[in-house]
Amino acid sequence: MLELYGERFTSRLLLGTAQYPSPAILRQAVEASSAEIVTVSLRRESARARAGQGFWELIEQLGVRVLPNTAGCHTAKEAIATAEMARELFGTSWVKLEVIANDDTLQPELLGLVEAAAILSGEGFQVLPYTTEDLSVAERLIGAGCTVLMPWASPIGSARGLINKDGLKALRAYFPDVALIVDAGIGAPSDAAEAMELGYDGVLLNTAIAKAGDPVRMATAFARAIEAGRLAFEAGLLEPRDMATPSTPVAGTPFFKIDRVS
Amino acid sequence: MQILLNGELLATDARDLQELCAKLGFAEAKVATALNGSFVAAGRRGLTPLAPQDEVEIVAPRQGG
Repeated sequence: MLELYGERFTSRLLLGTAQYPSPAILRQAVEASSAEIVTVSLRRESARARAGQGFWELIEQLGVRVLPNTAGCHTAKEAIATAEMARELFGTSWVKLEVIANDDTLQPELLGLVEAAAILSGEGFQVLPYTTEDLSVAERLIGAGCTVLMPWASPIGSARGLINKDGLKALRAYFPDVALIVDAGIGAPSDAAEAMELGYDGVLLNTAIAKAGDPVRMATAFARAIEAGRLAFEAGLLEPRDMATPSTPVAGTPFFKIDRVS
Repeated sequence: MQILLNGELLATDARDLQELCAKLGFAEAKVATALNGSFVAAGRRGLTPLAPQDEVEIVAPRQGG
């Protein structure tokens, strides 16, 4: 079971709700993914279009837990005000905290992130920060009250997978008791499986499913990959070796000669 | 007076945030508000007077990643 801030979930896939071809496909993709947590956001509401009201009805029908984000915020102050608006609007004190440094990389602004995490934790929020694999920042975020960290795999929407696998492994090894979710940069189900094989607790993704040729089938593919990766981690993976080792027993092999063994 | 609503100029005679929301048809809508960069809870909108050049944000749920 995935445990985040005292709540338990069967699925280890957290799914974004943006960029789907239609609301109907979004709904089917969420169902196919088995996700129990979906990310949502805030937009300036127009008195004429009132697009937000229809979207909210759709999310309510899905019966999943919502995780509001602070996407687009560039300072701690903006992120805090956005989190407070989201808490009232969505009725949850969970927040996927994003403070963005740079619009090209969408890299987290780590100083603002730590500052906002501390203030929001003090206000009773359960903060799930979008961060990097940096160990010292992770330590600061934990000190700020976070019991869940969400390091990127690679830049948001880039589909490049785990570009710093060693860094993610180190983070997992340093913080065995913190829930770690790989968030952002996942391209293929194999990327998600790789993150789970490293012992990560979950994967959050959006674009790789929403922009797939068939988002609903891709949602199924990711659900299975994440389950497979987790099972593999729990089963205990073999360490890679430099040289071959025979899988068939050597002793008793016909024509076996001991002097061939180096 | 002129205020900035969601980044655009708006002429309004609303005295407070609650009146502004009502005039825009948001009285019953699922929206949240901020004034000059700080969150204003729904219950405090009537206690939050508006002044010229105020920057008001009115936001609603949307898709996100």
